[in-house]
Amino acid sequence: MKRVVIAAALAVAVGLAIATAAVGARHAGPTKLTVWVGWSAGKELVTFKQVAAEYDKAHSDVTLTVVGGITDQKITAAIRAGNPPDVVSSFNSYDVGIYCGTGAWLNLKPFMDKSHISTSIFPKATMYYTQYNGTRCALPLLADTYGLYYNSALFKKAHITHPPRTISELTADAKKLTQRNPDGSLKVVGLDPLIGFYENVPERWAQAYGAKYIDSKGHAILGKQAAWQKMMKWQKSLVDWYGYKNLVKFQAGLGDEFSTSNGFETGKLAMNMDGEWRVAFLANEVPKLQYGTAPLPVDDAQPDLYGSGYINGTIIGLPKGGHNVDKAWALVNYLTTNVHALSVLTNGLKNVPSTTASAKSKEIVPNAHFQTFIKIFNNPRSSTSPIMASGQSFTNLVQTFWQNYQAKGSKNLGADLTKLDSQLDAQVKQAGGGNGGGGVP
Amino acid sequence: MLLFLSPWLVGFSVFFGYPIVMAVYLSLNHYDLLSPPRWVGLANYRYLFTLDPQVGTAVKNTLWLVAVLVPAQVLFALGIALMLARARSGVGVFRTIFYLPALAPPVAATLGFVYILNPATGPVNALLGHLGISGPLWFQDPVWAKPSLVILGLWGVGNTMVIFLAAVLDVPRHLYESAAIDGANWWQRLRWVTLPSISPVILFAVVLGVIQALQYFTQAYVAANIASGQASQAADVTAASLGYPQDSTLFYPVLLYQHGFSDYQMGYASALSVVLLVVSFVVTLVIVVNSRRWVHQAGAVR
Repeated sequence: MKRVVIAAALAVAVGLAIATAAVGARHAGPTKLTVWVGWSAGKELVTFKQVAAEYDKAHSDVTLTVVGGITDQKITAAIRAGNPPDVVSSFNSYDVGIYCGTGAWLNLKPFMDKSHISTSIFPKATMYYTQYNGTRCALPLLADTYGLYYNSALFKKAHITHPPRTISELTADAKKLTQRNPDGSLKVVGLDPLIGFYENVPERWAQAYGAKYIDSKGHAILGKQAAWQKMMKWQKSLVDWYGYKNLVKFQAGLGDEFSTSNGFETGKLAMNMDGEWRVAFLANEVPKLQYGTAPLPVDDAQPDLYGSGYINGTIIGLPKGGHNVDKAWALVNYLTTNVHALSVLTNGLKNVPSTTASAKSKEIVPNAHFQTFIKIFNNPRSSTSPIMASGQSFTNLVQTFWQNYQAKGSKNLGADLTKLDSQLDAQVKQAGGGNGGGGVP
Repeated sequence: MLLFLSPWLVGFSVFFGYPIVMAVYLSLNHYDLLSPPRWVGLANYRYLFTLDPQVGTAVKNTLWLVAVLVPAQVLFALGIALMLARARSGVGVFRTIFYLPALAPPVAATLGFVYILNPATGPVNALLGHLGISGPLWFQDPVWAKPSLVILGLWGVGNTMVIFLAAVLDVPRHLYESAAIDGANWWQRLRWVTLPSISPVILFAVVLGVIQALQYFTQAYVAANIASGQASQAADVTAASLGYPQDSTLFYPVLLYQHGFSDYQMGYASALSVVLLVVSFVVTLVIVVNSRRWVHQAGAVR
């Protein structure tokens, strides 16, 4: 009987030993890291996965899982539920004010200090849209800049020799390039200026007029500058030249922006303001299209703005509640600062490389169209939109205002803009729960 | 006793009591979903009633729905039910045809309508074009966007129609016979026999319709996103298309959604929802109290 008990006890002990060994082995094995990214279109996600696989191979202590097609709402829901992935990335730099301000994305400063990463290796604009009031909770993972795409075949037909550099040249060319059907409807549009169309949002045109959103204290100042009125009146006059209804109808017949029936790709838009990624889409989808790229034309009175553009981009960071923070940081560090990784991503996604060193990398496949955007990115006058406590609803309110104006006009635009300023200030205050503010660019 | 009540009690507190109490509590807080709620008193309500530039538009749009969509749906459903009740043959077929759209999921139905009403490529305007009529811009025109949603609402009115049909067929035949003996014509029979008999069902349809109009969301959200042409992967622009075109489809619940889920202002969105709850309650109460004058309850003593 005694022997049986001893044998049983031994068996239990052996079992426990094996079990602990197994547990121990699991700890010693590679850590699983999950990375959430927004890219979903075939080639873009494939490129990111390729970079992740290289990292995976070189680091035996981690195994990476990449999940694509992630939106900000999914990230926020996961953080709220307490089971976020290890690394998150978002296309939406507008809401950094919320992510950094609430601590939902971890402050990266301690990690960067430990790894001796200085912010000076990134261009200034990217460092602005990845922080809020001094708290840095994200780093740029490639950047987006915006410029003018023009259809060279249509330019030739209209005897236009060079891309427009000023708003008045742009307007003249747009009118020259426009073709109408016998019934008066629009067949080819020189430039579709409607706010809300594809990439046409106020902040990208504001750059061409040097128009600012806020002053040094974070108060809205749209009504206090002549630039906003000048810009909006120009846009409205061009809209009216086409006829607002004609443009709306024309747009309704165009395909979705991110599909092969994109209006520029089908030749229905002779010029279009778009981001640098379009170079890759054009190469994949309509390789025969003859086109050129140039900086966006600027206000005739401010010619020295020419060459600059609007910048924002994909952001990456560590969510609150992630489990393997140090290993996740090592990955973020690699993705955002390693010249090779950024070069591969740049070649595949045709997004602008987001460190100064990677912008000069020899690994990046030279492409004249794309080079335009790297130049815009490195132009010292290029800038981005304000990061506010109210996130993207700040710029959305301006956009809604402009959309009403382009349809209906205004008896006193200056007074309306001043009213908009007070609405924006109230919105920011409300978003911060009474003490909201904005980061000054 | 409590034991027998417990299934109901649990359901009531988990799915009704708790959310309402939480909504009221959060409406008095600054709550961005990501950091803990912080007490701000009535600040959210102050912003709602005095400062939010979009609330006025949203309220106007929603009232428009209550004033136009609800009567249109009730009249349309009643009209079809009356016609079906009189049909001599093929009732089953027509009943199915008119009911069928109610089975289409709202998102799919809205996508379909935005497609067929597309001013440039849709078949409706092509057809109108052949007739020499230049069709409107439908979902792309602030004047036509709400009427387009009403057409969509009328198309999917099957549920109400079936309830009306049942009520109409349920009117006691002997009332019609005695009315006929008194020499009542078609209109008089409808006015003095049918309508009083089905008035409780009309009340039901009106109350339900008003509540649905106050909560109108899915169709407006989908139509605005698709019609604006920005339903794309660019995460930074989708929120801007809510209410497209020119805030004409910015209904109160759409605004509530925008503040709560894309602006990270759940505390403020809770205040909006509390106001919506109170308004729904008051409106329903007014209709029900007022209905005593026109609803004929069988067997009721006045």
